[in-house]
Amino acid sequence: MLDLDFSFYNWAMISDFVLKGFYFSLVLTLIATLGGIVLGTLLALMRLSEKPFLVWPALVYVNGMRSIPLVMVILWFFLLVPLIIGQPIGAEISAVVTFIAFEAAYFSEIIRAGIQSIPRGQVMAGEALGMTYAQNMRLVVLPQAFRNMLPVMLTQTIILFQDTSLVYAIGAYDMLKGFETAGKLFGRPVEAYLLAAVVYFVICYSLSRLVRRLHQKIAIIR
Amino acid sequence: MNWDWEIFFQDPGGQHTTYLEWLMSAWGWTLSVSLLALLLALLMGFMIGTLRTLPKHPGWVLFGTGWTELFRNIPLLLQIFLWYHVIPALVPPLKELSGFVLVVLALGFFTSARISEQVYSGIRALPKGQFYAAQALGMTTWQSYRYVILPRAGRIILPPLVNEMMSIVKNSSVAFAVSVSELTLFALQVQEETARGVEVYLAVTGLYVVSALAINLLMGQIERRVQIPGLVLPGATGGGH
Amino acid sequence: MIELKQVSKWYGAVQVLNDCSAQIHKGEVVVVCGPSGSGKSTLIKTINALEPIQQGEIWVDSIPLHDPKTNLPKLRSRVGMVFQHFELFPHLSVTENLTLAQVKVLGRSLDEAKKHGLEYLERVGLIAHKDKFPGQLSGGQQQRVAIARALSMDPIVMLFDEPTSALDPEMVGEVLDVMVSLAKEGMTMVVVTHEMGFARKVSNRVIFMDVGGRILEDCSRDEFFGNPDARQPRTREFLDKILHH
Repeated sequence: MLDLDFSFYNWAMISDFVLKGFYFSLVLTLIATLGGIVLGTLLALMRLSEKPFLVWPALVYVNGMRSIPLVMVILWFFLLVPLIIGQPIGAEISAVVTFIAFEAAYFSEIIRAGIQSIPRGQVMAGEALGMTYAQNMRLVVLPQAFRNMLPVMLTQTIILFQDTSLVYAIGAYDMLKGFETAGKLFGRPVEAYLLAAVVYFVICYSLSRLVRRLHQKIAIIR
Repeated sequence: MNWDWEIFFQDPGGQHTTYLEWLMSAWGWTLSVSLLALLLALLMGFMIGTLRTLPKHPGWVLFGTGWTELFRNIPLLLQIFLWYHVIPALVPPLKELSGFVLVVLALGFFTSARISEQVYSGIRALPKGQFYAAQALGMTTWQSYRYVILPRAGRIILPPLVNEMMSIVKNSSVAFAVSVSELTLFALQVQEETARGVEVYLAVTGLYVVSALAINLLMGQIERRVQIPGLVLPGATGGGH
Repeated sequence: MIELKQVSKWYGAVQVLNDCSAQIHKGEVVVVCGPSGSGKSTLIKTINALEPIQQGEIWVDSIPLHDPKTNLPKLRSRVGMVFQHFELFPHLSVTENLTLAQVKVLGRSLDEAKKHGLEYLERVGLIAHKDKFPGQLSGGQQQRVAIARALSMDPIVMLFDEPTSALDPEMVGEVLDVMVSLAKEGMTMVVVTHEMGFARKVSNRVIFMDVGGRILEDCSRDEFFGNPDARQPRTREFLDKILHH
């Protein structure tokens, strides 16, 4: 019954199939995290601005994104972006754009909660010192908020890394695809999926342990 | 651009008379997968989360923690592939199970890890005196959990649980990868058949949003029903997708 | 009825109870006092095994608590306990708080449990609040319900762990009144408290514990309050602090 054969798993297989996919998953995760945080901060500030013409677009965008499955968002962008710019785009480029737009919604909620966790007194203290809104945010609120929300953000990034596998829907070549392709080629899909699971687990579990350590450290400083 | 909503009344050929009917059937599959997976996830999640809080049973704690970490740290899509391609190859009797059942198992176990995490922290958030009080009245560990700890933890974690319920509907979309004919697979197939991608995607997206809203409203009702008079609960936040 | 023999307990490397021995007889009211960190709350929690001990023996009604074979839930159902923070179950109404353990632990019928529980609720003067939830009551009222809850189990002894120290000052009296009347009826009571007025009025004996979990004094009330010269310096220091502020 148990007839596993991992002999196909060697350096050639890794470098031919897995590394390329891993590289894409990694780059996609990093770009989407950075882009998501930048765009997410903007969305969070819009939502907290108390100006309706800023609040509403941000609210609709964030809640809209959060109620649609990521796979559908990926499909939407893959369908719409070529229609808008008038020429076909690659699955990889489309995936990058999608993930930035999608993660921005989630990061904006994390950032909003982080900003709101800063006591009102801190904001007032900044204002009392004569700081402008931008100065107060940049020098007082955001530095404190970012430290508080760092663990949650990193956890979101780990989830994001796992979610990059969903580019499967548009045929982009990520790490999971790499394993799958190798499995098909060598006629060993079962072993390939098992290996993929081990690799994903080791990466995500180690990262989440790190985040937990960081969380404890931050909790102590606070 | 030109809209063409007429396509929903055309005959796709095959088992459905119109695309609209196919769409509704796909919605039904999405909801069935989600609901069954949710039941499984709640059952396992509460069990595992509770096991992880039993102080005198390190074996159970280890098992619960291992379960949670295992199902949390592998992408859902890969878990679905594992259930579909790998587990039946290792355990031949499971070959009889349909893709639908395997997806329910995959999504249910995946979500159970996330719920177990909520249950675990919900129980840990209760004051230790509540355990003491239950025990001081002569309750066994089982009775303390059954009558005191779990009813309270359940209420604390209701808001994040609502998030998980909405997530499970969204996550069910990954079932397209193993050809369960739910909404996302419908979107993919019909987009290709009709080339009316925007209309098809809009309809499917709309149904996902409607499902999420329905859960939100329903749970809002339940939340009000089980609210404890005179008790203010600290707000809970949920992340993830 | 209760006997502690050379009980010691550690949290990791920190010793919280150090060789504590004491006896409490039926009908006695014993007050345990001492500075914070002296382990008095821990000591009282060991008497119904809510806190495990590493050394020594504890006997309650001739049952050895330190014996792993002892059925602890059964024993605890006969020992009433009142906590500093009340620990009513907030998701249950007052009546349900009173009946839950009677039904589930003692196996009484719901009717019987209700009747019995409400009698005690009446006694603590809160029958009008029987359908409310704990969160809708004041601290003093919650603590009186908690006393009624413990009493409705018909305990052979009542343990009080700082029952008034989480209360606003104006509510301390109503809880002490209930405890005094209980003492006068002959209930066996062990009370951890700083309320020296209560100790003077109704206690038979006073146990004084000092930092490090050691029992420094164990003598009759009259001896404790009436003969300060015979007390240890640490005891006098403590009494000075809490009696003259």
